Amino acid sequence: MSDYNFAYLDEQTKRMIRRAILKGLAIPGYQVPFASREMPMPYGWGTGGVQVSAATLTPDDTMKVIDQGADDTTNAVSIRKFFEKTAGVATTEETAEASVIQTRHRIPEEPLREDQILVYQVPIPEPLRFLEPSEVETRKMHSLEEYGLMHVKLYEDISRHGAIATSYAYPVKVEGRYVMDPSPIPKFDNPKMEMAAIQLFGAGREQRIYAVPPYTQVVSLDFDDYPFEATKADAACDLCGAEDSYLDEVIMDDAGGRMFVCSDTDYCCSRRKAGFVGAKGTAFEEDAA
Amino acid sequence: MYVAVKGGERAIDNAHAWLAEERRGSLDVAELSIAQIREQLALAVNRVMAEGSLYDPDLAALAIKQARGDMIEAIFLIRAYRTTLPRFGYSNPIDTADMACDRRISATFKDAPGGQVLGPTFDYTHRLLDFALAAEGEVPEAPQGQARTEPTPHITGFLNREGLIQTEDENDDVPGDLTREPLELPADRALRLQSLTRGDEGFVLGMAYSTQRGYARNHAFVGELRIGKVEVEMDIPELGFAIDIGEIEVTECETVNQFAGSKTEPPQFTRGYGLVFGQSERKSISMALVDRALRWKELGEDNMGAPAQDEEFVLYHSDNIQATGFLEHIKLPHYVDFQSELELIRKLRREAMGEVQEAAE
Repeated sequence: MSDYNFAYLDEQTKRMIRRAILKGLAIPGYQVPFASREMPMPYGWGTGGVQVSAATLTPDDTMKVIDQGADDTTNAVSIRKFFEKTAGVATTEETAEASVIQTRHRIPEEPLREDQILVYQVPIPEPLRFLEPSEVETRKMHSLEEYGLMHVKLYEDISRHGAIATSYAYPVKVEGRYVMDPSPIPKFDNPKMEMAAIQLFGAGREQRIYAVPPYTQVVSLDFDDYPFEATKADAACDLCGAEDSYLDEVIMDDAGGRMFVCSDTDYCCSRRKAGFVGAKGTAFEEDAA
Repeated sequence: MYVAVKGGERAIDNAHAWLAEERRGSLDVAELSIAQIREQLALAVNRVMAEGSLYDPDLAALAIKQARGDMIEAIFLIRAYRTTLPRFGYSNPIDTADMACDRRISATFKDAPGGQVLGPTFDYTHRLLDFALAAEGEVPEAPQGQARTEPTPHITGFLNREGLIQTEDENDDVPGDLTREPLELPADRALRLQSLTRGDEGFVLGMAYSTQRGYARNHAFVGELRIGKVEVEMDIPELGFAIDIGEIEVTECETVNQFAGSKTEPPQFTRGYGLVFGQSERKSISMALVDRALRWKELGEDNMGAPAQDEEFVLYHSDNIQATGFLEHIKLPHYVDFQSELELIRKLRREAMGEVQEAAE
């Protein structure tokens, strides 16, 4: 692949993105504007994550791409192929093998290490956007640390529904300062955000990059009497029997029959390889997939 | 028995192969050439160049062919290609007063130096399907006139002389570059115009139309609309002077807008400006109307709360590549989020139903 520079973007663009990333790491949770480029995939399909990954990758890296926790969803396949083609880096489906993991909507179940980078694709980076549509206003609110509107929203949820009615993209406060959108991960994943790996967030269309350095405090917003609760389906994975992983519900037949399976396909697969079998599962065979 | 869905990669490859076949259509019909698209679908080519922000008719024609005629898809192809091109430098501003006009009309003066030149316009055609075009045939040659050799002056220049129209401050500030810097608000007029000229034609048209219908009405006259070729010059540092590097076709529209004066400005005519690659009349007029509406602050007008006055609203939503990408991304799997919503709604319903039950007892 000689038609394009390593990882597609030219070096000047990567430099510009790296500066934004470093600024983001220096001010955890702050949304850094960056001059997002048009990528050969549509806005809204991970262009922010792709640009951050492109600026992060080195030829020695091993990359993993997941969408909804799975390596084989179509858009994950497409992005992985893009980097195979333009960067020629090694790719893997195993979380532990990867040095850079680009994700959409999930954090892998297996705890990440210090030598790993997790890159999130972000559709709407502004946690206050649905409370205040104007960017000019929300930037002002962040700079003044004026987050009352968010607390009012959560309070109204409780008074109306008896619970905070946000189940994904659940807002967090980073290191006691910026309220941040964790991207549309299920709130089940929020507690994992205090991790050893570097977390980078790229929003291409909205031209924003933000970051959470390793071991940074990330607190899901809540109230003393209504504490945050990471929830998942009250079931175990029907394939591998895991009770601690986030589950997808799969419709099996017209009669409403369903089963639950791990959303993190690598996690499920490695458990099955290790001999775990769920209620509807069979012993793992190499080519069963 | 459920088996984890695999095979995304093969599905993608097969889908692309099918797409290629569909794009070609029936093999009984001759394949379109790039030259045919460039020459016979020129206005489509112009739109792709304008919104793709790349002046190259052959590449735009190729994009239209590859996109099966889907204009936004074609524009996207051009934009994605454009970002990979090295940036050698910036040209000097083009001088539209030196334009070799194919078309030049004014709605504000019956006649003016340079005259009214209709040029190749649909304007007074009767929109009747021409079935003769369904059969291939020769086009009768159009009558030839004498080309004008001297420059055609701008109409607003005549109003300028009387001081009837607001003057624009001259400055040599280097305008920002929307494709190299993130958009930050408030945006100056140069950035707004950059955004509008590459904005979606339908969106800009709709915004402009809304001002005509009373949402921040600024009654516009088309002071002048001109279409033609202009030379592009660039300073070459090694040479120490500017040389022509090519010629592009553009459409320029200057509107003259009624203005009764404001707290800060005397009564005078005001301006809106549109400039678009190629022959793109609808777009350039729309652009001029929206430009004028967005200037309310500098002219000391009231904010009527109209969408076309709201630069954040207009600039953040005019780009069809951003818009279509985000709109269509909802086709991507969202089952993780949906799952969390399912659980939440089940929980809320359980609690709500429980309350109803209790109330009934």
